[in-house]
Amino acid sequence: MTAVVSQRPKPSGFRISKKVLPYVLSLPALLVCIGILIPFLTSVVYSFQRYRLSQPWARQFNWGDNYISFFTDPKFWNTLKVSLLYAGTTVVLELLLGLAIALLLQKRSTLNNFISIMLLMPLMTAPALAALMWKLMTNPGFGVLSYLASLIGLQDFRWASSPSTALFTVVLVDIWVYTPFIMILLLAGLRSLPTQPFEAAALDGVPRSFVFFRITLPMLTPYILTATLFRLLDSIQQFDIIYAMTQGGPGDTLTVFQVEAYLNFFQSTNVGRSAALMIILWAITYFLSNIFIKNWLRLRERARGQA
Amino acid sequence: MHEKEKDLIDAFLRGQVDRRGLIKGLGAMGLAAGTAGTLLNLGQTRALAADFDWQAHKGKTIKLLLNKHPYADAMIADLENFKKLTGMNVVYDVFPEDVYFDKVTAALSASSPEYDAFMTGAYMTWTYGPAGWITDLNEWIKDPAKTNPNYAWDDFLPGVKSSCAWNGKPGGALGSEDAKQWCIPWAFEQNNITYNKGMFDKAGVGVPGNMDEMITTAAKLQKDIGGGVYGIGVRGSRSWATIHPGFLSAYANFNEKDLTVSADGKLAAAMNTAGSKAFHAKWVQMIQESGPKDWSTYTWYQVGTDLGAGASAMIFDADCLGYFMNGGDNKMAGKLAYAAFTANPEAKASTPNIWIWSLAMSNFSKDKDATWYFLQWASGPEHGLFGATKMDFVDPVRQSVWKDEMFREKLNKSYPGYVEMFDASAAGASIKFTAQPLFFDLTTEWAATLQKMVAKEVPVDEGLDKLAESINGQLKEAGLG
Repeated sequence: MTAVVSQRPKPSGFRISKKVLPYVLSLPALLVCIGILIPFLTSVVYSFQRYRLSQPWARQFNWGDNYISFFTDPKFWNTLKVSLLYAGTTVVLELLLGLAIALLLQKRSTLNNFISIMLLMPLMTAPALAALMWKLMTNPGFGVLSYLASLIGLQDFRWASSPSTALFTVVLVDIWVYTPFIMILLLAGLRSLPTQPFEAAALDGVPRSFVFFRITLPMLTPYILTATLFRLLDSIQQFDIIYAMTQGGPGDTLTVFQVEAYLNFFQSTNVGRSAALMIILWAITYFLSNIFIKNWLRLRERARGQA
Repeated sequence: MHEKEKDLIDAFLRGQVDRRGLIKGLGAMGLAAGTAGTLLNLGQTRALAADFDWQAHKGKTIKLLLNKHPYADAMIADLENFKKLTGMNVVYDVFPEDVYFDKVTAALSASSPEYDAFMTGAYMTWTYGPAGWITDLNEWIKDPAKTNPNYAWDDFLPGVKSSCAWNGKPGGALGSEDAKQWCIPWAFEQNNITYNKGMFDKAGVGVPGNMDEMITTAAKLQKDIGGGVYGIGVRGSRSWATIHPGFLSAYANFNEKDLTVSADGKLAAAMNTAGSKAFHAKWVQMIQESGPKDWSTYTWYQVGTDLGAGASAMIFDADCLGYFMNGGDNKMAGKLAYAAFTANPEAKASTPNIWIWSLAMSNFSKDKDATWYFLQWASGPEHGLFGATKMDFVDPVRQSVWKDEMFREKLNKSYPGYVEMFDASAAGASIKFTAQPLFFDLTTEWAATLQKMVAKEVPVDEGLDKLAESINGQLKEAGLG
């Protein structure tokens, strides 16, 4: 037997050392990071300035005055309260509804597949457009929802135009738009769960409630956490629905972070205050994301350990 | 062009023959209306070009930022004449009003040279001017080498013209000697009453003559008409735009102010005086009793369309909103009428606050002289007359246009009472706000407070005291109070 020595093509002259290679490979990510970090750091700088576009001569560093003034400003505390309330309410309700719908559609069938696709339609609607649709549907003069409300005795239900029902109305729109997002994530999770535990439980005649709380729910938790994280981050930054329906009103009922920051920048041209509000919103989302990701990682580790 | 026709058109352009005489004369010469219009355009272009070098910037291109509006449509319809006159090219972007001002702020705050000129309101220039984003147009208006001799700056309605001029000092009087002309008025809106004649007749009510009458009339209309029709449409969204139309027009008629200016130039809130509180109480009562149920979401759009659709009996808003609702395919087209409104029974005439669609020049424009050529043409008497007679350019800002017989006849024919309404309130029409850079902060908060009072979240007295306290705090923080 003759040994055949393959002639490998000679490597080109330029070689990257093993030490440098990881840095080179991460360069594209670094460039993307710079694209994100520059505006972020600019915002941080602005947030420490007294900076109104209409008073350029008065621009100067005030080193945290924007933040300090928030502590004594009832409007800020109202913004924080409304933002958290809105995010908490929408996420909890969407999670419950999304899970219920996903459970109903869990079994694969042509009808269930069709319904699940149909239920995704609101998610394909731009939130601002959805808000305008709902604005028409809740019009007290000709809105179909106002008509339906009148049939159950709510003759003068004022939807988004009353401070007592404005939050309820925008939450309703948010639920209509985003419940399908949670539903589709949980449905994918449900359909990918291993079948053996459920078959064993069925053989043993375990009650359905026990199966749900002790088998389905724990196995579905990573999916629930993922869906909750995405929705919570989105919901606390809500702008389109609230601004399109109420512009933050009536009064200060719905002046969530994004609406307040938008008005501060585009109407009042108060860049410093607007940036400070956005940095606080960033800090809240960062904090919430950390909690969720840590829990998600813990659950994943536990799942691996069990495997 | 035949000499006789040419002479007649020249006589018209010199003001020796009125418009009716011109048309009669051209008709006698056997010219159809279309041909007469073309000849007139040619004559105007020739007359414009006669005493001024309109071709000085030939071959240049300028770019405009426009709001989707009938005034912009009128300008676009006449743009070819400008291009022929100057040899310049004009390109433009048109945005809907919802996003228009955000686009302007974004472009200007980024010092973008993309747009040379743009549509704006006078209130906006209180931000744009001090920020250094727009140019003081006096430099061009007062330069005979750059402005055509027929521009007739004095032809502009004085209250409107001075409303676009401010010296940049917070609290400084509009139109003062040292004022900078931040923008050129293009067309404006007085805030008066537009009402549904049929509904008024059915309820047996007349046009309200003061604030108390407006409250009772609106309530009676709502009660008597029925069918879900409400008495009066006014704006209510959480925005500065809720304050400036009917609300401030009536408020100013009672001699109430938004802010006071001290001798040393410091500003202070003036919304919590006894007179202001009494007025607010009446306004709030009117909305609670006879306003739309979802008033707090109402912008000009809902106010107008409800009137046009017959869902409201009257509006106290921009007169041109009533104008547009009386035409087109609106259900109530041809059934609306107009009246000036004097809220204060002791006042002699109405004092409407005004919104002025204006043209401003970007400070970042690469060719300001060329841009000025466009601005002086677009705000000139010829284009003003074209817009007013051929398009929907109401309310024009030039006195000569208001004197034009054809224009008045057009209004009298299809918009009964509009001219009388205009004549009755034009003298008192001006911006009633105090010019200062926190305009949008303060008016948005004012609107939010109104919403709280209408929703009975806070009593009027308490709400206004809190508002004044908050505004004084903001003024102080900004170094203005």
